[in-house]
Amino acid sequence: MRSRWLYGPFWMTYLFLYAPIVVLVVMSFNALETPYSWGGFSTSWYGKLAGDQQIRKGLVNTLIVASGATALSTVLGTLLAVGLARHTRSRLLGALATLPAVVPDVVLAIGLLAFYSSVQATLGLHSVLLAHTVFGLAFVTTVVRTRLSHVDTSLEEASRDLGAGPAATFLRITLPTLLPGIVAGALLTFTLSIDEFVIAFFTAGPKDPTLPIVIYSMVRFGVTPEINALATVLLAVSFTVVILAQRLTRLTDSLR
Amino acid sequence: MRGRVRRLRAEPFVLLGPGLAYLLVFLVVPLGLVLSYTVFKRGRFGGIVYEANGGNFARAADPIYADVLMHSVTLALITTVLALLIGYPTAYVIAHLPARWKAFALVAVVLPFWTNFLIRTYAWIVLLNSQGLVNSALIDLGLVDKPLQLLYTDGAIVTGLLYAYLPLMILPLYSAIERLDPQLREASANLGAHPARTFLSVTLPLTLPGTLTGCVFVFVPSLGNFVIPELLGGGKRIMVGNLIRDQFLKARDWPFGSVLAAAVVAVLILLLTAQAWTARRFSGEEDHA
Repeated sequence: MRSRWLYGPFWMTYLFLYAPIVVLVVMSFNALETPYSWGGFSTSWYGKLAGDQQIRKGLVNTLIVASGATALSTVLGTLLAVGLARHTRSRLLGALATLPAVVPDVVLAIGLLAFYSSVQATLGLHSVLLAHTVFGLAFVTTVVRTRLSHVDTSLEEASRDLGAGPAATFLRITLPTLLPGIVAGALLTFTLSIDEFVIAFFTAGPKDPTLPIVIYSMVRFGVTPEINALATVLLAVSFTVVILAQRLTRLTDSLR
Repeated sequence: MRGRVRRLRAEPFVLLGPGLAYLLVFLVVPLGLVLSYTVFKRGRFGGIVYEANGGNFARAADPIYADVLMHSVTLALITTVLALLIGYPTAYVIAHLPARWKAFALVAVVLPFWTNFLIRTYAWIVLLNSQGLVNSALIDLGLVDKPLQLLYTDGAIVTGLLYAYLPLMILPLYSAIERLDPQLREASANLGAHPARTFLSVTLPLTLPGTLTGCVFVFVPSLGNFVIPELLGGGKRIMVGNLIRDQFLKARDWPFGSVLAAAVVAVLILLLTAQAWTARRFSGEEDHA
């Protein structure tokens, strides 16, 4: 390419994106308490992390919420994606399904809080789970719709012509064809739900903090190498899951 | 044929029903509630009294709140412009990489976006602290004598916002640039246009819809963010997101918080409409970003 000078900003972008991450990972193995100077290699902060009750409780809460929200949004999102592709041309309904991804999270969060309050629901893990399903549903729907747009419908027609009922066709033909997209959508919803803070902050109530809420209170309190260790673990999990999802579907396609 | 008729009747409801019902209850109703709260009164102990009250909107014009709104818009705007200046050349290079490297470069842009947002913000506390790496580097290079106050400034907030949302700028830009027909640029060059001229009259107008999509994607979440101003701005310089949170969780003035939230949504709708209009005008089709 002629415009070689463009490589300057290009490499700067990656330096900007990854330098902070590298610093956190390196500092998580620092023997010193201060995160600003290096005092030799140590894994002691990981030991401390493993014994932290608050973090453990937050993690369990987060996993409950993320699993539930993922299961629920995967089922609802897959059905909705197929329905939108096959049974309606309504652009309004299509837009509705992507709305949760566009609405600012703080607005969605106060809306859900207002809703729970007006039906006098108690707040807890269940209310976070139902809230996380809203954006998970949007996400699964988007990924599965992208996959659907690349799928040939002639197999389904053949199945119907050969006498299979709608349920049999859906289970034996449609679902297996869409499976990579469904699994990718589920993995991404799981990752998003594990990391989601703003909506959980408003809908969790005081008794059941999720991991991001625990992290928020730790980070507000100050800088400790234990957070670096936790950051490294979370980064490793997110990176693995996202790369896995990326392999299953061209994720970047659906984000366009 | 009986099976076919039955399928046509029941299938749409089975497929569309559950998802749309869920969105109705957990998305449309909540957003509708926030919208309706803007015209009601706050209760004595928070919550809502369903009595008409027109004063909520007037309060937003109070200098205390108008300042915060202006300040939020300014910081979100600076973030968006910086993201565009960094994002455009980056997206341009990615779009012209060989296929193999292209996929790799794209995943590398998306990865940080999928990791914990608080952790990513926290990384900047570590970097920008008075004893942090940025200050040590500046001192070691002899650029400054004593540590600069980097953390708890507007600059820190913008850095955090830029770090959080830069991928949202690069992705739509990449897809817009990638869709460009290279023949158009060749034609422009063959007709004697300077590369800068080709960029301004061919590349830029044709990628304008994608550019605006990226700008909306960065501007809107930057505007409503309350975590970054709190952690990197030290809570001194708040943004409209902080106000909304405080009206709901601390002051418990839900009608006023709803007015502020509605203002953010109004800005969003305005920007999306402008984006859609530009997309129709400049590419003759809707941009599905």
